[in-house]
Amino acid sequence: MKQFEGRVIVPGTCQAEALVSHGGLNTLASFQKALQFGDKKATCGDQNNPDLYGKEMAGKALCLPQTIGSTTGGMVLFCANAMGRNPACLLFSKPIDSLAAAGAILSDVWTASSMPTIDSLGDDFLDAVQTGEMLKIDEDGTVTVL
Amino acid sequence: MAAYKMELTAEQQAILDGQKGETLAKVMKTLIMYGEAFGATKMVPVTGEKGHLVTSFGLKAMTAVYELMDQLIEAGAISQQNFSVDPKPLDPNVPANFLENFVFKNFMYTRQNSYDKQLEKLGLLHKDAYTCACYLDEVGNTPKKGEVLSWAESSAVVYANSVLGARCNRNSGIIDIFGSILGYVPYFGLLTDEGRKATWIIDIQTKEIPEAQVLGSAIGMKVMEEVPYIKGLDRFIGTELNGDNKAYLKDFGAATASNGAVGLYHIENLTPEAKEQGDALIAEGAQVYVIDDAELKRVKDNYPVIWKNPDAKPKLCFIGCPHLTYDQLVDWTEKVEKKLKENGRKKVSIPTVFTAPPAVKEAFEKTDYAARLKATGVILSYICPLMYMNNPICGKKPVITNSNKLRTYTTARYYTNAEILDYITKEVQ
Repeated sequence: MKQFEGRVIVPGTCQAEALVSHGGLNTLASFQKALQFGDKKATCGDQNNPDLYGKEMAGKALCLPQTIGSTTGGMVLFCANAMGRNPACLLFSKPIDSLAAAGAILSDVWTASSMPTIDSLGDDFLDAVQTGEMLKIDEDGTVTVL
Repeated sequence: MAAYKMELTAEQQAILDGQKGETLAKVMKTLIMYGEAFGATKMVPVTGEKGHLVTSFGLKAMTAVYELMDQLIEAGAISQQNFSVDPKPLDPNVPANFLENFVFKNFMYTRQNSYDKQLEKLGLLHKDAYTCACYLDEVGNTPKKGEVLSWAESSAVVYANSVLGARCNRNSGIIDIFGSILGYVPYFGLLTDEGRKATWIIDIQTKEIPEAQVLGSAIGMKVMEEVPYIKGLDRFIGTELNGDNKAYLKDFGAATASNGAVGLYHIENLTPEAKEQGDALIAEGAQVYVIDDAELKRVKDNYPVIWKNPDAKPKLCFIGCPHLTYDQLVDWTEKVEKKLKENGRKKVSIPTVFTAPPAVKEAFEKTDYAARLKATGVILSYICPLMYMNNPICGKKPVITNSNKLRTYTTARYYTNAEILDYITKEVQ
């Protein structure tokens, strides 16, 4: 059983299917269509991200190195959470970036949504986890591949 | 309540404890959690005179943001400083057909008027303070070296840090105004001397001045959120900041920030901290990225073409993301005129929009250049091209641009300045 220890940014527990992005998640490019046009499954619209493009992000354990792009990024994540179109959790291999941290924390403080967020899971995390595998996230930042 | 590690002043603790109301306590809690994610041990005062917000658009899908703004206004949690904000999403002068306008007005920017009113209540600098290039002289939000800012808008943050020597993290929307409301921001990252050290050395070995937006793109994609120290560029753009190289760095920086996540760069012998500290700004063990002409070509050739028909005739051209300076507007006007003349044409062959801050547009329109630009058929607007392209119907149009930021976020296709000039001034094949 593969297990990874990370740092808790937003605490919580969940069990969800992994969706792995090896490149940075461009939050605005990925979510903007989903937010604007009623796509409750939050299908990724970032054509520059071959791992995620066209895949449903809502309810998934989104595994990624970091987020990139526009500084609307945190706000976009916050809105996705307020609308219930957010990933089940965010799992970062690297230390979290400022936009993702803002999105995760704004969602935690200002919405009823729960999106546990863990960072620093290590460089091999994204190689070890495959899209479609089921992951369990514990309160202490442990991620287990079931 | 969760225990926080950050050391707070008595005033900050009182706010967190709710002595100034529940809303302000939540604002404080958000900034503490945000700071602690990056190891911040304290808050520092925002010393810049004005703020800058990234959220300029009243997008129906962002209802949660406007509800939050209402909460702030109702609680009296308004900004302690005036702020500028990113460009407006709509301008009737920019071409849009009936269906595109229908989507803009009925599905997308339905909250624009009410959001504009919220911004006024929260502390908008003035009714024309809508631009991503807020730091230009005409706009009046130019921070000084060393000032601590609570800004968002990646292109403005990277410019303020790198060219002006101000100190600002790559904040997200909402976090920007939270710092302006509290008057404090958590101390980490690009606010610290350590965080401003370069972990990459970029060695420019091109034969000619690199295209700003391709160079920025290459560096952004390589270093992501790290700080690059760029050597060899001063050979082309000089060792003293002036209008030309500041415009170059504006466009270069926007590409580093959008193609990657760069919040600060240093240009050897040119930008303020590089001039003062030189190689001392380079962290131990910094990696090296050599950029020559072949590397820039490789980067540019790898941009995906995501038009449905890659050979389609372009239907629109945007120049000015980030917004153009006054001198850039003059330069483009002269170049378009000259090239049209060479090609035996009177007007541009593709509907073309130049975008600039309202205050720059106003200054430009007082000169003879305005009529000259109009005669070429080019439209001058204050719009945000990105907000225009977010309309899915507009997004299906073959649009060309010289902006690597617009390329990154939309379906627009990137061309260099010279290629764009050529494209819009000759018969389209």
